[in-house]
Amino acid sequence: MPKRLAVVDSGRCVDCLLCALACSRRFGEGGLARSAIAVRSVGGVEHGFVVIVCRACPDPPCAASCPVGAITKAPVGVRVQPDRCIGCRTCVLSCPFGAVHWDEENGKPVICVHCGLCASFCPHGVIALEEVGGG
Amino acid sequence: MDKPLTRVLRVDLTRKRAWVEERPDLFEKGLGGTGVAIELLHELCPKGADPLGPENPIVLAVGPLNPLFPLASKAVALFKSPHTGNLGESHCGGRVALALRLAGFGALVIQGRSEVPVYLTVHRGRVQFRDARALWGLSSSLTAGRVLREIEPGSGARTILRIGRAGENLVTYATVIAETYRHFGRLGLGAVFGSKNLKALVISGTGTIPIPDPPRYQKLYRELWERATRSDLMRKYHDLGTAQNIRPLNQIGALPVRNLSATRYEGEPAFTGERLAEGFLGRRLACSACPVACIHLAILREPHPKEPYFFKTTFVSYDHEPLYALGSMLGMERAEDVLKLLDAVEVYGMDAITTGVVLAWATEAFARGLITERETGGLKPAWGDAPVYLEMIRRIAQRAGEFYGVLGQGVRAAAARYGGEEFALHFGGNEMPGYHTGPGALLTYLSGSRHSHLDSAGYALDQECLQRGEKLAPEELARRLLGEEARRQVLSSLVVCFFARGIYDLPTCCAALGTLGIERSPEALTALGAQILRRKYAFKRREGFDLGAVALPARALQTPTPMGPVDEAFLRRALAAMAELLEGEHGLA
Repeated sequence: MPKRLAVVDSGRCVDCLLCALACSRRFGEGGLARSAIAVRSVGGVEHGFVVIVCRACPDPPCAASCPVGAITKAPVGVRVQPDRCIGCRTCVLSCPFGAVHWDEENGKPVICVHCGLCASFCPHGVIALEEVGGG
Repeated sequence: MDKPLTRVLRVDLTRKRAWVEERPDLFEKGLGGTGVAIELLHELCPKGADPLGPENPIVLAVGPLNPLFPLASKAVALFKSPHTGNLGESHCGGRVALALRLAGFGALVIQGRSEVPVYLTVHRGRVQFRDARALWGLSSSLTAGRVLREIEPGSGARTILRIGRAGENLVTYATVIAETYRHFGRLGLGAVFGSKNLKALVISGTGTIPIPDPPRYQKLYRELWERATRSDLMRKYHDLGTAQNIRPLNQIGALPVRNLSATRYEGEPAFTGERLAEGFLGRRLACSACPVACIHLAILREPHPKEPYFFKTTFVSYDHEPLYALGSMLGMERAEDVLKLLDAVEVYGMDAITTGVVLAWATEAFARGLITERETGGLKPAWGDAPVYLEMIRRIAQRAGEFYGVLGQGVRAAAARYGGEEFALHFGGNEMPGYHTGPGALLTYLSGSRHSHLDSAGYALDQECLQRGEKLAPEELARRLLGEEARRQVLSSLVVCFFARGIYDLPTCCAALGTLGIERSPEALTALGAQILRRKYAFKRREGFDLGAVALPARALQTPTPMGPVDEAFLRRALAAMAELLEGEHGLA
């Protein structure tokens, strides 16, 4: 069964950002420029956090919205073909979760590929890989 | 050394100009953090500078490991302290280090003074000066944070540093608050912000840090992550937080109580880590890049004074030191009362430790008749009386009248004006931290370059000696503490949280640097730590500090520690040994 990255319980998030930093390490670099997962507070750190990452929509609007076909549906989530992408940001606007992140350095979208590396570094069980078919 | 790290962002508030300087020289020599910041301070802070004058620079620095490794989560601030009149150094977690580093800078220097209140923003690596007149004079620092959160971009990868009223009013121990609940807490950086008409500093950054050897880096990252998450450290600081120290210190009689007239509560304090976790803990938070999440927020639920079934809910962060200072030092009996005091210093932006020690001095001075209701404006400070203390905190933040103006400069100034030096618990002008464990702790407070318990952790060495039944000669104690302080300069240059000192031994530091293309041997790092410490002492001496002349509060010697009363002659011998080691060429390792 294919697996997707799921936000299991954002209420346990402590804002350590280890997930976002792990995502950048996929590319052999540090920082956050090409991270496909982000954490933001809900109106201040005392009120908790949201984890913003692709939920692998069955019918993804980002793919539907791309005018040049640079985003295609994959078995889980989508794949971006950077060479086709013209950097118009339509995909960013199409995602109601804000889960199409933007690589400012290259002017291309960054969308989670559901590899699960981030989940393996989450110390508090906020995110996990789960079989597709869940919520 | 990666290129972003070697860039120093310079800001001149007087001329409203910002520019970038490439300083690979500083970073190759001192790595980052304290190692770089102390050199910038030597360069930019003129001898005898007025700490509240435009000539006092604020230096913020991060290091090569931020935020690339677990617990490399701290940023360092150096400045001349308006509180002690000497070296000001403060470390802060939150998102400060991540934001500054990913904004593409290794350091940020702010000089000058704006004629009108401003706040600074750094977005996409560019500085903007923004009008802060509408934010000046707000009753709560929390409101300033809330407004900036909403009007500024960069959510999720930014730091929002701001001051409260205490900083605006130049209380010499005002803090700079980061993201709420984290602080550049000690030695008055908030007053330096205030003196520059600088209300806040917002930095966002999502840049890239190049890694020369990704496979080696990823492998070491995983190893350190596993060591961090499986260590005792994780359990200790994640479960109860630093507040877990209150109970054992009370048990061994090392918790300063009622202005250090005692060292334990008869029963158990109501505000131990265990009792707070059971009754109040509402949320835990982490600094960026740290899996531990030691930040503990209590939920304070207060009923409306008149209306039934109507509650106000406040989140209050607690840690050992604030609990000691605003709890045991003031003889508090109820956890709710301590939380209210903690909330008040957060709202006004005041160092919790110094505030508590100041109130403790005032309580004892009032009881002894050194000050009367004439000075206090009709208030009667008494142990455990939270409403009176809350009102006093408000008046200190406001600098309301002569007495509260003096209290706003700490206990050294208060005792100089009103007497009571023998129970004015400060060391080198900085108020006492929350450990009365023995000679090691007192020596750390006296000799540490920040007069902070974290400088060389004598409190930890005392407790080890106590457990082993060992007594160190003063020269040996001096050697060990200075060696520890020197080693910590390496951590604060990388910049790794001191809680992770057990994970980041020198070979591990070398391995981490190696994955980033920075080759250093453990011996080289040892030498660097000693050199940085000597450079800090050189600054302190330049500004008039003398290890041989540092004053000892009589109370700290009279009140016995678990190792018995500490002898002044013993401490003087140790201080003399330290002075010799610092002057010499060798021996700080």
